Amino acid sequence: MLAVGLAVVGVAIAATFTLRAFQDNMMFFVDISDVIAGDYPKQRNFRIGGLVVDGSIERQQGSMDLRFRVTDMNCELPVSYTGVLPDLFREGQGVVAHGRLGDEGVFVADKILAKHDENYMAPEVAESLAKHVEGKTQPLRDGPGECVTL
Amino acid sequence: MIPEIGQFALILALSLAICQGVLPLVGAHRNDAAMMQVGNTAALGQFLFVAVAFGCLTWSFLSDDFSVLYVANHSQLALPTVYKVSAVWSAHEGSLLMWILILCAWTLAVSRYSSELPQEFSARVLGVLGLLSVGFLLFALLTSNPFDRLSPPAADGADLNPLLQDPGLAIHPPLLYIGYVGFSVAFAFAIAAMLSGNLDQKWAKWTRPWTTMAWLFLTLGIMLGSWWAYYELGWGGWWFWDPVENASFMPWLIGTALIHSLAVTEKRGLFKSWTLLLAITAFSLSLLGTFLVRSGIIVSVHAFATDPTRGFFILAFLGVVIVAALALYAWRAPSLDSDVGFGLLSRETFLLLNNVLLVVAATLVLMGTLAPLIIELLNGGKISIGPPWFEVAFLVPMIPLVLLLGLGMHTAWRTQDARSWVAVLRIPAIAAVLLGVVLPLMFYGRTGLMLAVGFGAGLWIILSSLIQPLRSLRRKKGSAGITRSALGMSVAHLGMGLFVLGVTVVSAFNIESDRALTPGDTIEVGHFEFEMRELRNVEGPNYSAIEAVVEIRRDGEYLATVRPQKRQYLVQKNWMTEAGIYATWNRDLFVALGDQLGNGAWSVRVQYKPMIRFIWFGAIIMALGGLIAVSDRRYRLKAQEKSKVGRAAVESA
Repeated sequence: MLAVGLAVVGVAIAATFTLRAFQDNMMFFVDISDVIAGDYPKQRNFRIGGLVVDGSIERQQGSMDLRFRVTDMNCELPVSYTGVLPDLFREGQGVVAHGRLGDEGVFVADKILAKHDENYMAPEVAESLAKHVEGKTQPLRDGPGECVTL
Repeated sequence: MIPEIGQFALILALSLAICQGVLPLVGAHRNDAAMMQVGNTAALGQFLFVAVAFGCLTWSFLSDDFSVLYVANHSQLALPTVYKVSAVWSAHEGSLLMWILILCAWTLAVSRYSSELPQEFSARVLGVLGLLSVGFLLFALLTSNPFDRLSPPAADGADLNPLLQDPGLAIHPPLLYIGYVGFSVAFAFAIAAMLSGNLDQKWAKWTRPWTTMAWLFLTLGIMLGSWWAYYELGWGGWWFWDPVENASFMPWLIGTALIHSLAVTEKRGLFKSWTLLLAITAFSLSLLGTFLVRSGIIVSVHAFATDPTRGFFILAFLGVVIVAALALYAWRAPSLDSDVGFGLLSRETFLLLNNVLLVVAATLVLMGTLAPLIIELLNGGKISIGPPWFEVAFLVPMIPLVLLLGLGMHTAWRTQDARSWVAVLRIPAIAAVLLGVVLPLMFYGRTGLMLAVGFGAGLWIILSSLIQPLRSLRRKKGSAGITRSALGMSVAHLGMGLFVLGVTVVSAFNIESDRALTPGDTIEVGHFEFEMRELRNVEGPNYSAIEAVVEIRRDGEYLATVRPQKRQYLVQKNWMTEAGIYATWNRDLFVALGDQLGNGAWSVRVQYKPMIRFIWFGAIIMALGGLIAVSDRRYRLKAQEKSKVGRAAVESA
């Protein structure tokens, strides 16, 4: 009986503890158009994804600081990052970034993910892109990035 | 021609699988010996035909037959021969074929080594395995035929994904599959026992060696995957809580619980229905893992190209297996109550706690893996759960588990006298606490609460695992020594202790530094200096690479030169990072090239990873422990009948 009681208490404590940690560690994926419309979690990190815009990668020579733009085929968001990039990161390819929106509307990424197979794109990125490619283009909005009507 | 032979062999194998899945079960029901006998013959035939199919696909790869779609997509003329062979299981269709081959090999092994089991029982086991095989063969033939032709044939193939051109990854999937599929044997034994309605302790004894074998292969498979991820794609991490890693880890956790609960069922006749449930769960989680990987439903570095029909097929198959098994369980399990009691301080109690904690751990991993999926289905938005959550949540059941492990090992069945228990464990306990604080301070100059707990727990397991083997060494010749299964347990737990030490030290003292370097630059990481001497171009068989020559010194004294590369594979044009690693038993120094930054500079990641080898080495020792336990003579049924020594071993273990 004692053992069972202890086990129940233990499991209850563990459950509360892990559920709280769960909330702290959830990271939402936000469409770039929504980021630009101001619809994103303000106080915490989130994920964005899309295609790296052709010709948008800017690097200060010899430094690890990098800037590029990501598009969901409707709006573009500037992203800054310092560090080592994944092998498949390149212009025109799909990318996912973790981080938060800094001042001046630049997404400050602390992690960049590009998938290891070129034929493969993260489902949420594919979905985000498909929304705008299939003609459901959203109207131009004012905001830190820029939106283009296709 | 060859691919058609392979295809034809698969169809023949399917018809034999149907025979194997139906006739022995009917025979066992009607007590018809001839029908039951069919299982053995069909198992052999099915294995041969699947082996022929596998051989045909391998032949198509070796002969560069780009008229076969699968070959054209995953090979290339210039691919080294060894990778042409491993390319067979590099993607969905071929790895499914390998899965079936392994299932057939397990089935054949069961039919060969179960001649001492009652015929009715082994017939049912073979029948259940036959039905599983029908499911997988149908899956292959209907949705994932590896022999589909490409017309007109390609002039050259699209090449094997460069990430997979690596010896570690060539053998990681086979080992992992042997483990995954091996749990189907434990599953079949459980179903057969429930079908017969005769669930005495013998069933647990028969299942144990098979389960342990499956478990040890799964252990090795996961360990190789982790090692590969470390040097090939992980930028130095060894575990990422990626959904597909979790998919292999959950069956491992449940399989580990199953091994321990089988011990109680075999020795004491307790936990019978619980053990059955674990056997069903372990295999169901293997299938769930397959579903997660194949359906592409979850974002993962491992995700195969997605195909909804495949995901649907596996999900339907999973549903049928789980529903049928649980229905049978609901029907049979209530009659399994046993009224054997055990004391509060007894091995039974500790094994019960082991099971509860391992199941909690598996549940947490399952929760974290499926949560993004469930929240999205509930329209809660797209979320991901980061590794930090898993790292914290997983420790909750793991810390008590490793602390209790040392106690449980030295606790007797039924009831344990507390005084003699304290006498045995006092010294290792005190030593573990003291050394857990002192050693990190001595070697790494720092200590802390979590560090002392982890280090102490690792030492505690190691020391308490050594007690029994050391005692048996001191014993006089002629007296009964330690049994293989007790030795196996000690060795496996020793491996666990080494693993815990490795994880603790590498998490606490690992140093990671990303810098921009030009040739001639030196950076310091810990006590080590890394000097980038030069950058040069290197040509490989199917890639060209930029190689950095990095000299490592310790306090000015030369240690080693590593040559990390950035490779571009010629066909797929994608870039790959090959890390340069200087490894000794107690630390790795890891250098990886990042990106070209302009002005001759490259971003470079340099890492100091103390004791990281203990993680993989510990896993190998765990698997070795499993192997020793399986070799225990009491599992060799013939030998046991002929000698009484075996019986004595059963009693003393």
